[in-house]
Amino acid sequence: MPREDFIAIDNFSFHYGAKQALHRINMSIPERKVTALIGPSGCGKSTLLRNMNRMNDLIDGVRHEGDIRLNDQSLYDPKIEVISLRKRVGMVFQKYNPFAKTIYENVVFSLRVAGRNKKKELDEVVERSLHSAALWDEVKDRLHSSAFGLSGGQQQRLCIARAIANQPEILLMDEPCAALDPTATLKIEHLIRQLKDQYTIVIVTHNMEQATRCSDRTAFLYMGRLIEYGPTRDIFENPQEGETESYISGRFS
Amino acid sequence: MVWLTAAGLAVGVILTLGLLSLVLVKGMESFWPNRLVVVDVNKDGVEEKIGGYIAQERERRDMAGVYHEEIQVFRGNRDLYGETFVFIDRAEVQSTSEPEDLWVVERLEGGSVIGRAVAIEFGSGERLEVGAPEFMDRIAQEIETNEDLREELEVIEKGEIGRNSERVKELTNQERLHGPSAEITLELEVLQAEFAELDKKRLEVRERLEADRFIMASVDGKELGIATGELLHVFEPNKVGVFGRLGEMFRRIWSFLSSNPREANTEGGVYPAIFGTVVMTLVMSLFVTPFGVIAAIYLREYAKQGPLVQAVRISVNNLAGVPSIVFGVFGLAFFIYFVGGVVDDWFYSDLEEPVFKSGGILWASLTLALLTVPVVIVATEEALAAVPRGVREAALACGASKWQMIQRVVLPASLPGILTGVILAMARGAGEVAPLMLVGVVKSAPDLPIDGVSPFIHAERQFMHLGFHIYDLGFQSPDSEAAKPMVFATTLLLITIVVVMNLAAITLRNHLRKKYATSSF
Repeated sequence: MPREDFIAIDNFSFHYGAKQALHRINMSIPERKVTALIGPSGCGKSTLLRNMNRMNDLIDGVRHEGDIRLNDQSLYDPKIEVISLRKRVGMVFQKYNPFAKTIYENVVFSLRVAGRNKKKELDEVVERSLHSAALWDEVKDRLHSSAFGLSGGQQQRLCIARAIANQPEILLMDEPCAALDPTATLKIEHLIRQLKDQYTIVIVTHNMEQATRCSDRTAFLYMGRLIEYGPTRDIFENPQEGETESYISGRFS
Repeated sequence: MVWLTAAGLAVGVILTLGLLSLVLVKGMESFWPNRLVVVDVNKDGVEEKIGGYIAQERERRDMAGVYHEEIQVFRGNRDLYGETFVFIDRAEVQSTSEPEDLWVVERLEGGSVIGRAVAIEFGSGERLEVGAPEFMDRIAQEIETNEDLREELEVIEKGEIGRNSERVKELTNQERLHGPSAEITLELEVLQAEFAELDKKRLEVRERLEADRFIMASVDGKELGIATGELLHVFEPNKVGVFGRLGEMFRRIWSFLSSNPREANTEGGVYPAIFGTVVMTLVMSLFVTPFGVIAAIYLREYAKQGPLVQAVRISVNNLAGVPSIVFGVFGLAFFIYFVGGVVDDWFYSDLEEPVFKSGGILWASLTLALLTVPVVIVATEEALAAVPRGVREAALACGASKWQMIQRVVLPASLPGILTGVILAMARGAGEVAPLMLVGVVKSAPDLPIDGVSPFIHAERQFMHLGFHIYDLGFQSPDSEAAKPMVFATTLLLITIVVVMNLAAITLRNHLRKKYATSSF
């Protein structure tokens, strides 16, 4: 039975130095559903996403209050290592960023760093991940050529394959289609709908149509606060808050 | 503004091209076999024939302010005239001719001989005059057999006698340390007998080398006998056409590249200097690359960016501006006297002569590595900084630790940039001379740092270097006029070697770039 509060964000505040980016966010993200985070630039949606695998720890002078729990386990539990946490939470970035390696090595990167080097296992993972990322048929003949030879959309799907290679529980996507053309965007959206059978997906997007097309839940953030959160259809067809309505009707961006 | 910037570039390009073409022309010129001339000179009633090739023409203003057109002739035959170059006033020239039967003869000692061939006098008493049909073949044959003999002599002198005296030295050293013993005395006696035998063999070979004589006559009729064992090469430049000359030029270039220097470096080749330069530069890159890259990784990836790191960075940059001779002094004091002294104390304390406590190729390479490390650090830091944050985050998001991220993603991506730094360091290191003079470069080092004698790599050996060779030829040799062509040829060679090593590194870098295509960032 999928859990409703697979990721539980509890009174979470976040500061970059003196600037507070998130104000006491409370929300639960359901298991094996797509949850979209929308809102204008600088509203804190990326910050929130990047806290779910503690990517923001890399920045100097950050500070947080409250807690985020993953399947009832706190991310900030001193017993949890950041590295093992990130193995459970895959991430896809706004700008596709494959490594300067072959397609094959890009996909198996997370296994290699975990010390899993058995050829047979790696081969299986490559095929499965690329299938899941709907890229297998396009690249199966050139697995050992450079990843930079692929088109932008293919590179982004390769990044998705890389993120799911280690079979994480959660997949974070930070505006995955921002750098892609409409055709590539549609492919990725289609892929997202397929992937939710296996993964809990959190996606940050600027594109409201994208949110309606592929998410089950939508959260609207504004000025570092969670304004409204609910089933996607409700948010877009019947927003409860004035700010949400203004945003989705395009009155500010 | 466009014009100003373009002019700036143009000046730079013209200066560089001018320098390069000067070196190229003068360097190649020194290999080109000139036609030989005989000049009849009448100087204040004294008639003289001067044979040789015209090295240059110039105008000279004398004390009275009168201009004289002069030609400089290389006449060779140092044993006859003392000076190999002579200036002739055009006004004193009676006539000039280019007789076909003039020879240029290269020999082991005394510089080249220019004149006519007369005969070969064999040790057996036979005499073969120049007109004889088999004369040319016999000369060629003599040169060939004597070359073999000289090789034989070297095997005896350097190999067998060398080993013998090495063992004697070892034994006497043991005697000095542990007192005399019957065994040592016995072995010494055996060695002495062996030495006497070898010495006899050596003298025999020497005698055979000196048995036959090649008789020549200079253009003014003075006779000159050269032991055929001294002959290296004979050539009749006025008899051959353009292709013959080209062939002779390539032969000269090859002999320049492949043979040892003779006569205080002014004659012969530069092979040991090429070897020394290349080995030293490669060993230097071997040291400087890991050292510089590791330092840069710490500075860029691990160190907390702040005033301290900034200060370190500025210091590293300033290090590149320290006069190179200072590095030489440091290398001498630290590597040779301190480190070398410690090594000698630990491993060679039973020897009287210093082994590592004197200049050698290892210390020279380390000194130059120190000199060039800022270049590698700066280039590597820039290459690391150019790796986009997205790629780093992607690696971390895949569960990589920081070191795994650096090692598997950041370093491969910055490899081309790092190699650029290494290329720059190599170019800088190969051309450096001043510090080397303190830490192991010498004007003549017949034993190469890598050879067939166990333990094959002799890191403590002194070595020759093309840069120092240029200095030595141009400013330290007794006849700097005669050495001038060699200076240009050596300069050309040094530039060529630096270019070749750079091209090799650039090819490697491009190969790496192509392997990963161009990054999309």
